[in-house]
Amino acid sequence: MIKRTITSILALLLFGTMLMAPVANAQDAASASSDEAPAAPAWEWDANDPRIGLAPGIENAGEAIRNLIHAAHLPRPPGFTLEDEAEGGRMSNTDLAFRGNLLFLGNYGGINIYDISDPSNPSLRTSIVCPGGQGDVSVHGNLVFMSAQETRGRLDCGVEGVEEDVSPERFRGVRIFDVSNLDRPRQVAAVQTCRGSHTHTLVSDLANPGRVFVYNSGTSRVRPPEELPGCSAATDPEEDPNTSYFRIEVIEVPLIAPETARIVGAPRIFEQDGNIAGLWQGGDHGEGTQQSRRTNQCHDITAYPELGLAGGACAGNGILLDISDPANPVRTEAVVDPNFAYWHSATFNNDGTTLLFTDEWGGGNAPRCLGSDLPTWGANAMFKRRGNEMTLAGYYKLPAPQTADENCVAHNGSLIPVPGRDIKVQAWYQGGVSIFDFTDPSNAYEIAFFDRGPISTTERLTGGYWSTYWYNGAIYGSAIVRGLDVFTLTPSEHLTQNEIDAAMLVIVDEFNAQNQMRNEWPVHVSVAKAYADQLVRAGVMTDSERSALFSAIDQGNASVLEARATVLEHSALASLGAGDTGHHNTTRVRLAEQLRGLASGG
Amino acid sequence: MKYLIPCVALLLWGCASPHAARQEAGLPSGSSGSDGSVVVQPGAPGASTRVFESAEDIELQRPPHTAADTHFMQGMIHHHAQALEMSELVPERTARRDVRMLGKRIHVSQASEIALMRDWLERRGEETHAARMHMPGMLSAAQMDELQSASGRDFDSLFLTYMIMHHEGAITMVRDLFASPGAAADQIVSEFATDVDMDQRAEIARMRAMLANN
Repeated sequence: MIKRTITSILALLLFGTMLMAPVANAQDAASASSDEAPAAPAWEWDANDPRIGLAPGIENAGEAIRNLIHAAHLPRPPGFTLEDEAEGGRMSNTDLAFRGNLLFLGNYGGINIYDISDPSNPSLRTSIVCPGGQGDVSVHGNLVFMSAQETRGRLDCGVEGVEEDVSPERFRGVRIFDVSNLDRPRQVAAVQTCRGSHTHTLVSDLANPGRVFVYNSGTSRVRPPEELPGCSAATDPEEDPNTSYFRIEVIEVPLIAPETARIVGAPRIFEQDGNIAGLWQGGDHGEGTQQSRRTNQCHDITAYPELGLAGGACAGNGILLDISDPANPVRTEAVVDPNFAYWHSATFNNDGTTLLFTDEWGGGNAPRCLGSDLPTWGANAMFKRRGNEMTLAGYYKLPAPQTADENCVAHNGSLIPVPGRDIKVQAWYQGGVSIFDFTDPSNAYEIAFFDRGPISTTERLTGGYWSTYWYNGAIYGSAIVRGLDVFTLTPSEHLTQNEIDAAMLVIVDEFNAQNQMRNEWPVHVSVAKAYADQLVRAGVMTDSERSALFSAIDQGNASVLEARATVLEHSALASLGAGDTGHHNTTRVRLAEQLRGLASGG
Repeated sequence: MKYLIPCVALLLWGCASPHAARQEAGLPSGSSGSDGSVVVQPGAPGASTRVFESAEDIELQRPPHTAADTHFMQGMIHHHAQALEMSELVPERTARRDVRMLGKRIHVSQASEIALMRDWLERRGEETHAARMHMPGMLSAAQMDELQSASGRDFDSLFLTYMIMHHEGAITMVRDLFASPGAAADQIVSEFATDVDMDQRAEIARMRAMLANN
């Protein structure tokens, strides 16, 4: 019991300190970047990076890969391709969601469902034809949610579009399908919205598992009120306080009766001092800074229900929402960044202490990873969160330059659940996939990558990865033109086999990148060894100490493990006492917890 | 332009075809793909789902573009071209660094947008040059001359004033496009026009502030 108490006190000390220390540094960084024009940091890259100079092609492009295995590739299925790819995006693959052994791949023309029982051999199970773009998908139980924004979208999923400017047949909003029978998915609801649905966020209601919420982010033009009553295209609230801009829609979906899904709120989350257009007004932040879009919409929102929080990437601002009452999200913080053109998406680290935002400079169709582009533009910005305060801590951008033929900018990704570290796998369109560590957000670094050459050097084509997510042990990439890819991690100096094995222990029933669930690790030999590997990497444990510890773990003698846990706790305490607030103290405490768990037969 | 619907598309609607769409009732499950996968089209909420023999022919057709789309893209090339001319005057005539940066930014963004618009028109077999037209917000020849011969603070004031007017014209063009029947169903046109609208509104706000400081 006494030992447990030491652990708790240590944990308290550590987490308290951990939260304080980096914030002070981050504030310096934030004020430096807002007070002066960002000095162009030396954007240096490894001239021998194999991503440079890859040959072009759709299915035969040159490839570069590091610390990954490319386990599978499937081109888009029949019916979801265009003869002339240059037509532009009408059959683009888009976002991904997962449930059990199924992968749901959105497309501007519908949804393709794959069986991934064997991740290295995915097979197409069901194609749902239902155009409307961009086909952002989520899944919960037997319900699949899909965003539609284009004016050609039809209520009946028809492909022929809608000719009239005002028509009851047009659909722009959030569709809900029942896929309990994979041979006959049915559309059970279609919730119309004024600006359609560009992305949506499934939000679990932890207090009431009988319902879910969907936060809708519409970014397209407002439809006429004759088509959907109440819609107003006024671009300023002075023109019309009921404008359809400056809001999101909150949709409630009762799981027992999804056909009754409806909008239950349209919160004015940008309101400030009574002005619903109260946040960033558009424009740059001073000389030499980026021009940020006006905040009249969110592009994407990521909920973290266990924290009661959501991060919103909303055109000109990054915002924090209190979603402890998920029906009524309330903004508690808004930040700007002089390097951001368009706040695009958000990802929390597992502890919720860091919030990573992406900047989709150029909208995704432009080559924004050139060697001449600032590495702080079109990048990720990492903010430390303390309560409702967010402070800039650092940036990460794909560390290999891409050509002018490759559309490239920060895009969608997810955490890889390596215990003790914040690691993300992220899509960069034609920049490929990059896996990086942002445990210390002021010193993010790359761990692994995969990249292909340009789709074409003669035609202007938008392609590359829309999303790359970790799901139950593998990485899945949705490539806009080329199809579906699957990868697995291989160990390297930046990531050990124990850390990979520990990540593989996190198995979830469902995965929706924008409805973040806390990753939890069992007491397990791999988890303990992963922490030990991290202490060696941090330089606070020697190789021989690790070998001895691994022997003790493998032998499983309870009293030996307990003794080692105590030693670790004391080192953490001593280190803290000496003013060292490094992350390795936390790792020591977590390792000690694992050892005690193993000792008690966990 | 009316929609062209070849029979492969009508397949989805049960037109006479060897691959006629089948209704849900009585179908063996998992039968539409050679690999055991199925291709379906859900109906409206509550309606039944159609199942297809084969996915081979389910290709969405090129989205139609209207005369208004073409006119918008042609006109905007012309409109942007004048913004390039205006911004090319900046480096030799201003003493303000922020005005110089603004001119550079307008030049870079509008030049790449012209490339996008040309590409869109060429792919659809449309002319990239419209007949000489006067688009909203464009400067007259006399106003261009006036701008050319100004310098220093006078130039800054004129440049900002005229560029605000020019941008407001572009916003009017987007509004007119969206008000045209059937226009902007094309995804590229729709997204591009929305971007022009939002980007230029943001620049107007910035230019108004700069003008107030001149």
